[in-house]
Amino acid sequence: MSATAVHNLWTMAAADPIDKIDAPKIEYGQLAPTLIVIGAAVIGVLIEAFVPRKSRYYAQLFVSVVALAAAFAAVVALASGGYGTTKARIAAMGAIAVDGPALFLQGTILLAGLVAIFTFAERRLDPVTHGNRIDSFVAQAGAVPGSAGEQAATKAGFTTTEVFPLALFAIGGMLVFPAANDLLTLFIALEVFSLPLYLLCALARRKRLMSQEAAVKYFLLGAFASAFTLFGIALIYGYAGSVSYGTIAKVVDGTLTTVDPALAGTMGNDALLLIGAAMIVMGLLFKVGAVPFHMWTPDVYQGAPTPVTGFMAAATKVAAFGALLRLLYVVLPGLRWDWRPVMWGVAVITMLGGAIVAITQTDIKRLLAYSSIAHAGFILAGVIATTEEGVSSVLFYLGAYSFVTIGAFAVVTLVRDAGGEATHLSKWAGLGRRSPLVAAVFAVFLLAFAGIPLTSGFSGKFAVFKAAAEGGAGALVVVGVISSAIAAFFYIRVIVLMFFSEPKADGPTVAVPSPLTMTTIGVGVAVTLVLGVAPQYFLDLAGQAGVFVR
Amino acid sequence: MSFPLLTATAALPAVGAIATAAVPAARRTAAKWLALFFSLATLVLAVVVLVRFDPDGDRYQLTESRAWISDFGVRYELGVDGIGVALIALTALLIPFIILAGWHDADPLETKSSRWRPTQGFFALILAVEAMVIISFEATDVFLFYIFFEAMLIPMYFLIGGFGDRAHAGSDEKASAQRSYAAVKFLLYNLVGGLIMLAAVIGLYVVAGNFSLQEIAEARANGSLDMATNTERLLFLGFFFAFAVKAPLWPLHTWLPNAMGEATAPVAVLITAVVDKVGTFAMLRFCLQLFPEASKWATPVILVLALISIIYGALLAVGQRDIKRLVAYASISHFGFIILGIFAMTSQGQSGATLYMVNHGLSTAALMLVAGFLISRRGSRLIADYGGVQKVAPVLAGTFLVGGLATLSLPGLAPFVSEFLVLVGAFARYPAVGIIATLGIVLAALYTLVLYQRTMTGPVKPEVSAMPDLRVRELVVVAPLIALLIGLGVYPKPLSELVNPAVKHTMSDVQKKDPKPEVEAAK
Repeated sequence: MSATAVHNLWTMAAADPIDKIDAPKIEYGQLAPTLIVIGAAVIGVLIEAFVPRKSRYYAQLFVSVVALAAAFAAVVALASGGYGTTKARIAAMGAIAVDGPALFLQGTILLAGLVAIFTFAERRLDPVTHGNRIDSFVAQAGAVPGSAGEQAATKAGFTTTEVFPLALFAIGGMLVFPAANDLLTLFIALEVFSLPLYLLCALARRKRLMSQEAAVKYFLLGAFASAFTLFGIALIYGYAGSVSYGTIAKVVDGTLTTVDPALAGTMGNDALLLIGAAMIVMGLLFKVGAVPFHMWTPDVYQGAPTPVTGFMAAATKVAAFGALLRLLYVVLPGLRWDWRPVMWGVAVITMLGGAIVAITQTDIKRLLAYSSIAHAGFILAGVIATTEEGVSSVLFYLGAYSFVTIGAFAVVTLVRDAGGEATHLSKWAGLGRRSPLVAAVFAVFLLAFAGIPLTSGFSGKFAVFKAAAEGGAGALVVVGVISSAIAAFFYIRVIVLMFFSEPKADGPTVAVPSPLTMTTIGVGVAVTLVLGVAPQYFLDLAGQAGVFVR
Repeated sequence: MSFPLLTATAALPAVGAIATAAVPAARRTAAKWLALFFSLATLVLAVVVLVRFDPDGDRYQLTESRAWISDFGVRYELGVDGIGVALIALTALLIPFIILAGWHDADPLETKSSRWRPTQGFFALILAVEAMVIISFEATDVFLFYIFFEAMLIPMYFLIGGFGDRAHAGSDEKASAQRSYAAVKFLLYNLVGGLIMLAAVIGLYVVAGNFSLQEIAEARANGSLDMATNTERLLFLGFFFAFAVKAPLWPLHTWLPNAMGEATAPVAVLITAVVDKVGTFAMLRFCLQLFPEASKWATPVILVLALISIIYGALLAVGQRDIKRLVAYASISHFGFIILGIFAMTSQGQSGATLYMVNHGLSTAALMLVAGFLISRRGSRLIADYGGVQKVAPVLAGTFLVGGLATLSLPGLAPFVSEFLVLVGAFARYPAVGIIATLGIVLAALYTLVLYQRTMTGPVKPEVSAMPDLRVRELVVVAPLIALLIGLGVYPKPLSELVNPAVKHTMSDVQKKDPKPEVEAAK
């Protein structure tokens, strides 16, 4: 069926009664990555229901890891089968695009999800309590913080193994999000990955009130953003008479002018287009954490369990930027003279805002949150380029950034004192003296965030700035460079604290993690250095993946 | 393909850095010897480069070229001209002395946890800086240069912030705060400079489409790459700003006294004699070649800034109470001379500036390292705490005097030749500038001799009465430096023959479109 299939179903129905609905044609092979992950998530739910409590952790971990690895293998198979380039197509009756950007981003999300799952499963950081090893998640989410019920749950050694299927559902939604080829699929994917994240945020074992507060904030603001997006989708439908990306793009370009009789009053009304597009973009900018839609970021990053923060900071950003790219490049290129100035403004205040506010932070997780805002600004600079280089530079940046982020948050989980993770910056003083290796690794991540050469952060920053400069946004590059300088200040401050301050007597200790977290951190460091020193292969990959299918 | 000599010269200290860092905590002395071995091996390679280089041959020799990041138009391109060879030799020569002079600087004060290995870290960082400095002297790809120009800041930062003088052992808290302030100031100044340069690097790519210095310079020279006047000026300013922070030029100099004051003497030498040379070297290599018109456009302002550096640095040096900060301000004055020589746009001036880079490295190393030995004996950086040292430690005082005389460019010592050439070169084109710059020499005599007089002569202060003279290790450091200062002062010909052809190339880059007849050509 054609790209306008969904729309045609509607209009046909108005004309004459349906006597036979064609069975939808689903290309299972091309949708395999998503299907594997969602299927595994369903299996995860069944495990929760039927497998004995003692075995659930291992069963869940096994299913998650196998599913993510298999899905990644499927992505690689599709990409090497040419679906990223020559055989790029639109699958699932116009709902899902299988093309270079989609596959690249899905691969990134799956790998990031895989290493993040390792930190979810980490159970060696806390001391053994009541004879049970415990992880970062609450014993029983339903128990009121500080209540007898909570103590009983802890004593009984409960663990919230539901985090694994929740994470898988979130990853499943994220896989669809950047590949969505119509607005309804976009919205459904948005909800599918957001709802599990809201829940995951509330599940911290320590500082539970903060964690729940974070979840409520995230949920409320996220619901607002979703509502905006949905309203925008409705307006766009009114404008174009379709939710399919291809059709809307044609209407925007003016190549398709058939007026639907039912929508004769609204179709082609530019006010609907502009307001609708603005609202959808707003919803996406909320998810990437761009100023002025960033208010949730610091609170949620701080309150959520740190493994979840790392996962969310990396994978959500990848998925949301993917969706934003597709929307701006596939649906709204005809409108670029309208959205580019707005995005310019958003990029500038995001870069500067994130970098400036980060200076005053005293909590490492909040600091990383503001740093992620600044990075969203850098990525937006690449988005604005509206060239193929722009797309591939953003893809590369997202890949590089997600591994630095997950690695950095994984290190944060290691630094602990009696109250759990010691996230206040003053407690990190002198860490370099106590644990040179952990401090050095964290310093590598900070230097990558700061964009120092020979790290992936520099390659990525150079790629987006180059694309922006070539796309005629030289001024944006200058702002980017200035905010990089501001941002460098606070990354350096943390390094100063770790290496040049005397350790405090009651300072935190560094827990020795299991091979799981070590793998996460190791992968983070390896990717950071490889993409810094020899990025060519991955730049090629991103370059080949730079074309959207329409 | 022939043996990649330049890569090897840069890679050897990097390998040494990793090897040194990997030495177990308890084997401190082994780490020191290992670092010294690698620095000496690098010196051997540098000598091979020096011998293999033919001053009258091609402009860039021993070139290497490999694909690296083709998406960014970046190639791994190395090549040296006479200026690069001279500075590589200087770097490779100074590092063993720096390592020897800092032999005990990083011994842990008390045995802390077994995983804390400051000694290994100190020497590994020095070697890492050496590797990065050498590769930036070799890079003929702008991007490659930029990467190491920036990356060098990180090990430098840890050297400044992590290893202080034993002078302040008493007030540890305050000293450590001052030190990390100095380190952060160093890093931020240079990082901001570097990031502004990054914008210009990207701009250059947008204009030129690749990063190859030779290709761009050639295209600029034969007119196939035309830059709009404003574009060229903006790009020039972006590059120059970064180099002027590094060099450092007034008013971007304020990080240097902090950094040199708080760092140990060997690290201070590393900063001023080695790392900062990358800034002045890059002005010659990148600013003048890539942006000849803009360089000429900016010359008047830069000359004024250089003059201010010369006079202001010297005046502040006169007023210092702290020996290391005095040397730092003297260095600012000397960097003023170097930049003056570069932008005088005469071949004497630029030859002088290049020689000056080498000679300033040697003379500052001699003065600063001896000052470091002095300070380590008394535990104070303040001039007022010393007096009559020459009676108790005559060799120390004598070497200090020679280093000081070299700093004030006494005839017969190497810096005289270069300072004279710079002044002549400047005078030939801008007489007024030459005359004002000469004031710097007078002031140099003042601050050096007053320093010597106050610390070394007069009645012996009770605190210094038991001061031991230079030890064998310290003599091994100082004697060759002094020998070189005298040798190059008496017979500078080999060095000037090495750099002159390179300077002629640079001059022709700049003067190609200059309607003004060359002044010395008329003579």
